[in-house]
Amino acid sequence: MVWLTGGALVLSVLMVAGLLLLVVTEGVSTFWPGPLVEVTLDDGRVLLGEVNRVEEDPGSTARITTRTMLRTGNFDVSGTHFTWFDDAAVTRTEEPEWAVLFERNSWGRFYGIPQELLIDGEVVADTPAAVWRRFLQLHGPCRDRLVERRSLERDEMGRLNARREEARLRVRAALLDHPEGSLPVLQARENQQKIDDAADEEFEGIAARIEQLDTENRRYAIRVLTADGSGKVMALDEIVRAFPANRQGTGGKLTIYLSRAFEFIFDEPREANSEGGVFPAIVGTLVMTLIMCMLVVPFGILAALYLREYARAGWAVSAVRIAINNLAGVPSIVFGVFGLGFFCYILGAWIDGGPTSPASAGSWFVYLGLLLALLGAAVFATWHRTRLPPARRSEQNFLLWVVPALWSGVALLFVTVVWFSPWFNGFYRAELPNPTFGKGGLLWASFTLALLTLPVVIVATEEALAAVPGSMREGSYACGASKFQTIWRIVLPRAMPGIMTGIILAMARGAGEVAPLMLVGAVKLAPELPVSAVDWSGSVGPLPTLFVHSERSFMHLGFHIFDLGFQSQNSEAAKPMVFTTTLLLISIVVILNVFSIWIRGRLRKKFVASGGF
Amino acid sequence: MGTPAMTVKAVPREITMQAPVARCADQGSISRLASIAAGEPFETDTHDAIGTEDAVLEVRDFKLWYGEKQALFDIAMNIPRGRVTALIGPSGCGKSTLLRSVNRMNDLIDSVRIDGQMLLSGESVYGPEVDVIELRKRMGMVFQKSNPFPMSIFENVVYPLRIDGIRDRSVLEEVCERSLRGSALWEEVKDRLKDSALGLSGGQQQRLCIARAIAAEPEVLLMDEPCSALDPMATGRIEDLIHELRGAYTVLMVTHNMQQASRTSDYTAFMYLGRLIEYGATEDIFLNPHLRETADYITGRFG
Repeated sequence: MVWLTGGALVLSVLMVAGLLLLVVTEGVSTFWPGPLVEVTLDDGRVLLGEVNRVEEDPGSTARITTRTMLRTGNFDVSGTHFTWFDDAAVTRTEEPEWAVLFERNSWGRFYGIPQELLIDGEVVADTPAAVWRRFLQLHGPCRDRLVERRSLERDEMGRLNARREEARLRVRAALLDHPEGSLPVLQARENQQKIDDAADEEFEGIAARIEQLDTENRRYAIRVLTADGSGKVMALDEIVRAFPANRQGTGGKLTIYLSRAFEFIFDEPREANSEGGVFPAIVGTLVMTLIMCMLVVPFGILAALYLREYARAGWAVSAVRIAINNLAGVPSIVFGVFGLGFFCYILGAWIDGGPTSPASAGSWFVYLGLLLALLGAAVFATWHRTRLPPARRSEQNFLLWVVPALWSGVALLFVTVVWFSPWFNGFYRAELPNPTFGKGGLLWASFTLALLTLPVVIVATEEALAAVPGSMREGSYACGASKFQTIWRIVLPRAMPGIMTGIILAMARGAGEVAPLMLVGAVKLAPELPVSAVDWSGSVGPLPTLFVHSERSFMHLGFHIFDLGFQSQNSEAAKPMVFTTTLLLISIVVILNVFSIWIRGRLRKKFVASGGF
Repeated sequence: MGTPAMTVKAVPREITMQAPVARCADQGSISRLASIAAGEPFETDTHDAIGTEDAVLEVRDFKLWYGEKQALFDIAMNIPRGRVTALIGPSGCGKSTLLRSVNRMNDLIDSVRIDGQMLLSGESVYGPEVDVIELRKRMGMVFQKSNPFPMSIFENVVYPLRIDGIRDRSVLEEVCERSLRGSALWEEVKDRLKDSALGLSGGQQQRLCIARAIAAEPEVLLMDEPCSALDPMATGRIEDLIHELRGAYTVLMVTHNMQQASRTSDYTAFMYLGRLIEYGATEDIFLNPHLRETADYITGRFG
């Protein structure tokens, strides 16, 4: 028996270790530059590239039965990224000194030997070494100009367009409430005209600057000789990174490695996500997880507090507990469907256009909420009244009046909402039929994941609360503390390590979830980050300059992995990125866990340590 | 731990166990215990000495039920002000229940029902208008197992003041020092008030709990077997402490340890099966009990 159980354990450990080993080795080695080989085949073809894979060819009858997949790149010339050849057909293999790997903005990698460097069409260098020297001088400034051009295009022009759009929407909003020709509409139109004029003027300036940068960049080009002898002229600013791989020492390779890793973490994806960085995905994952935490932590802790500290054991509480545990077992895609169906299509549509818009399902959920609130209030009040022992009635008479009063207040609020709902036309009606909140987005994804992780937080918090010794509660009551004071000052601090564990578990679960996100807002490529810097300078003093656009769709690491692995046109090139992104995701989860263990240890030392007796 | 060498002071042992109850002439023991067990009414034998004292707590015909089961029967006793009163009796006789009824800790148990009344300095404990929170603030309680809170030594001691909303640093510091001196812990912890209370030894923790119990100047100090989880050294220190608290505080103490009751208390009440059997000056109860069953219990013939 000991062999059976021990063996099972060893097997599990081996599988986990194997998984980690695979992900780590594949992930870490992605950015390491390999040698460039030039092979001459017996049919006269010459190939240049990086060895991607060598495998046994079952169909081969030759003496050497392996075949090799070479990443030959040059997609724009050859129409393929990879080339298979039989190793038996190889007549010559060498590593040319001046073979250079070019990583480009588009069309993938290019392999070749630099032949000429052109400025304004004139050849200024014609040997590989000379070309390379000039290239190193000119490439940096070219990239800088490109970066500036892009920032102008995206940030400056984006700002102008956003301003125009806002003015246009204001006109539409005015038209929704007022007839054509009335004062508000005229004002809005006038405002739009003013903004359009100002934007046009600014636009021209930016366009001129972009044209200037483009003109400058167009002057520089490089001609590269491919392995099959054809030439190709590339503009310098097209090239992200280039290096003569076979001339690199370990230091040079390390520099390239770090440069690629840096790009991976801090830059945006290129080439349908298969190259470049995952910065937007990291930001999206972190922001979503944070919002999810802000939603789930207070709710989960309060619910657990009620279940453990206030509710008296009975069939109702047991039923709720069972329901919560079942909730933890519901497939996550179900939450995604719920999120899409309720948050996006009903709640979102309601926020966008109000109950009267054709896109909205009406106000039925407001009525439902009202009903539930009333029901809850009634149940709570009656139950509380009947369950109080005679001796304690007086003590909580005050509470007995306050609780129903609070609940009636809530009900009143709901009534008001319902009462006015026919006149509530939504916050984003001018944008319709384009949905603002009525589609997947950061907020709804966070809501969905908060629902998904709620059981984790509740269960962990309940366990932590249950682990607080009854003697501590008694001691506090005996000092004359009220129930709230006891919970706030004694129970919660003591349970904090356990609660933290639950929160971190929920964060790890939320950060790694993919399936529901596909339905409620994660996208392959988000045009903008869900957070942006906001210029508050016109308003009241210094304010935080980060603004979370909770309605925007976002990128997510988990979804990114799925997309790379299965949705990419160039899956062979994307494969290493799958592992690297996985490694990053695992690292984030591990970092979260380590952080939690550290915090828990600290808290435990502070609150739970029991001396040396 | 840095505990200074503990010197167990020779507790004055005027009363010893050497002379067990020779003068008890009462012979009705067996039949009376049987009749109590059968649920027949029983009249407490309260010694006259009690009547001469000023009562801080009056218990009048107090009955208590756990669900259907009655745990206390018609308890009537006066706890003298500034004295140490010990509750003794076999396990399950209701002494802890009675103690916990005084500051209404039994309210925390859902199934408890009570009848009769108690008066603390003349004010009702169980009256309909009584605020339990305010009531508990007038009493301090020390439990069987020390239960320091997960916070610093300082915060532990001033906890009763904190929950009263007192923030004045000087007041808190003064109360902390006074209470810790009162519980004979000051010298040992004065340099590490900011450290966690959970790092103290068992005996120190229990004295910390006593400091906490006396921080708010309680009218009655309730102790539920305060030494049962401690070694003899620590027990000796706590007993000394109870001895020193006499006069300044009214102490109502539950104990299983007969020697402890005889060493530390002024008055002793003997309980059996939820009834108060005999109540009088400790010396009388131990040396000259009126009832046979008291004598039997004290000499260890039952219980």
